[in-house]
Amino acid sequence: MEKGGSKGKGENPEQCFDVPRALAERGITRRDFMKFCTAMSAALALPMTLVPRIAAALESDARPSIIWLEFQSCTGDTEALLRAANPTVGEIILDVLSIDYAETIMAAAGHQAEEARAKTVKESRGKYIAIVEGAVPMKDGGIYCCIGGRSALDIVREVCGGALATITVGTCASYGGIPAAAPNPTGAVGVKEAVPGATVINLPGCPVNTDNLVATVVHFLTFGKLPAVDGKGRPLFAYGKRIHDNCERRPHFDAGQYVESWGSEAHRSGHCLYKMGCKGPETFHNCPVQRYNEKTSWPVGSGHGCAGCSEPQFWDTMTPFYRRLPNVPGFGIETTADKIGTGLAVATAAAFAAHGVVSGFRHKDDESKDGKGGNQ
Amino acid sequence: MKQNQECLHETYVWEVPVRVTHWVNVLSIATLSVTGIFIGSPVTLGLTASAYVMGWIRFIHFVAGYLFAISVVSRIYWSFVSNRYAGWREFVPFLSAEGRRNMWRMFAYYTFMSRKVPHPIGHNALAGATYLLVFLLYLVMILTGFTLYSEHAPHGPLHALLGWMFAHFSNQGIRQTHHLIMWFLIGFAIHHIYSAWLMDVKERGGVISSIFGGYKPVQGRE
Ligand code: HEM
Ligand code: SF4
Repeated sequence: MEKGGSKGKGENPEQCFDVPRALAERGITRRDFMKFCTAMSAALALPMTLVPRIAAALESDARPSIIWLEFQSCTGDTEALLRAANPTVGEIILDVLSIDYAETIMAAAGHQAEEARAKTVKESRGKYIAIVEGAVPMKDGGIYCCIGGRSALDIVREVCGGALATITVGTCASYGGIPAAAPNPTGAVGVKEAVPGATVINLPGCPVNTDNLVATVVHFLTFGKLPAVDGKGRPLFAYGKRIHDNCERRPHFDAGQYVESWGSEAHRSGHCLYKMGCKGPETFHNCPVQRYNEKTSWPVGSGHGCAGCSEPQFWDTMTPFYRRLPNVPGFGIETTADKIGTGLAVATAAAFAAHGVVSGFRHKDDESKDGKGGNQ
Repeated sequence: MKQNQECLHETYVWEVPVRVTHWVNVLSIATLSVTGIFIGSPVTLGLTASAYVMGWIRFIHFVAGYLFAISVVSRIYWSFVSNRYAGWREFVPFLSAEGRRNMWRMFAYYTFMSRKVPHPIGHNALAGATYLLVFLLYLVMILTGFTLYSEHAPHGPLHALLGWMFAHFSNQGIRQTHHLIMWFLIGFAIHHIYSAWLMDVKERGGVISSIFGGYKPVQGRE
């Protein structure tokens, strides 16, 4: 990463860097590289026949500049990218890109860093890719997040407005995420909302799955365009299927085997976490398939229900995380729909029973013609 | 009473579609409620991972859901072509002065303010207005139900048709609504059975048997 970051793209011609050599330097064989290209074609749901094309695209000299912006975030997405146990081919592919600006990882600091960004924005206008991590606060002129004396809003408008495309990593940059949780004190929004005119592809999730980020970039390098997206701006290859439908605990859901308490026998046997508040039935992401940390695991795999983090406003709309349904507004905090419903049903039955008793004792109801009223 | 009975004659009130949709609704709502409660708070009934308890229960819920939706839509259609007892005007009595008067009479009788038992041939006015509300709840159930159902195929036509619901009401909001209204419908069912029994006893209009056979004993010529 640093390598790309410390090198401005402008002066350093591309021949300083070539992929086969970079791979060889890191002990990655040709075979590993081809395996990676195949894995990418699978992740993107592309036919195998396109693998050579992917390989060729990745080996070419095309090195789009990248500006990685970070605003209201926890840096989890940067961490996800950097903390991989072994350097993966994916990381190297990101090295293939020239990362001209990324606060967390760049060698330059202060004005020097800002200059590098300004230069890329100016010189490669319309040709660089912006990657954004974190939400953009809009309230009070955007003063709640400033970098180098400029507001996030100002920066994001300039950088994403002039980018070929913007990839948002993580839910905050995509939809506002946790900074935007009610009551959203800073008026945080996602990039698309902050810069409606920009070309944005959303990779929500906490954190972004690095494999999906790499696959998006690979798609871009191979085909020169971003992958197809759903109604929420997310690439279909990664967000087209529901967690619940790919979950390894799903057989237990269908069978009718549920975890009722943490640490129970059922929990340890890998039963379904539906009753523990799992939001897998409402969430679209490829976590069960792609998994995290080099496909080691993912939340449901390690025994925690899905929190729905790749859906817009998940912090407000997917809660409570440890129960299925929210409380009914206006009633006590522990009142669930079922308690209200049972109460309602019992009260109805009681009211009518009482009515019935009274009616039973009223023998003198008027049966005469008058009683017929004007009906019909 | 005696002179009443002499001039009683049978009137065909509830035509076949009315009775069929009524009983399909009863059966499907009962099935949907039982399976729905299980879907909402399941208990571990599967002994092994190869059981399919939730699978079948959800399947039954969805089939009953389709049946219910077809029945409700058919009944709404029928209200435009049926005889007047089952027609749409019966469900909006509050639109006319006479209807409002009838609603008041019924209300007064139900709340023991009056001893006069109204003797309508079709629905009593208050019931008609209640059924409008109930049908609106049915439609909300169908809308929220099919919206939730559409999620299993996010690229399918159903999702294209109903996906907008999620953006407006949130997934959890839709589930919550779908769940809560079930209890309103259960409350309605209790009320409905009681009122039918009360009217059967008090009005002696044979309202209960009318929904089986379609005929009601009516006084005099219309
Ligand atoms: C009177 C009619 C109905 C009743 C009483 C009813 C009841 C319920 C209940 C209580 C739940 C559980 C909700 C929760 O706790 O999350 C549920 C879920 C559901 N219902 Fe219904 N429902 C009715 C009609 C329908 C219809 C017409 C459909 C359309 C196919 C439908 C489809 C669904 C679906 C898809 C779910 C979610 C299942 C899942 O996530 O596994 N329902 N229903
Ligand atoms: S654990 Fe969650 S995602 Fe997996 S089957 Fe159960 S409810 Fe669905």
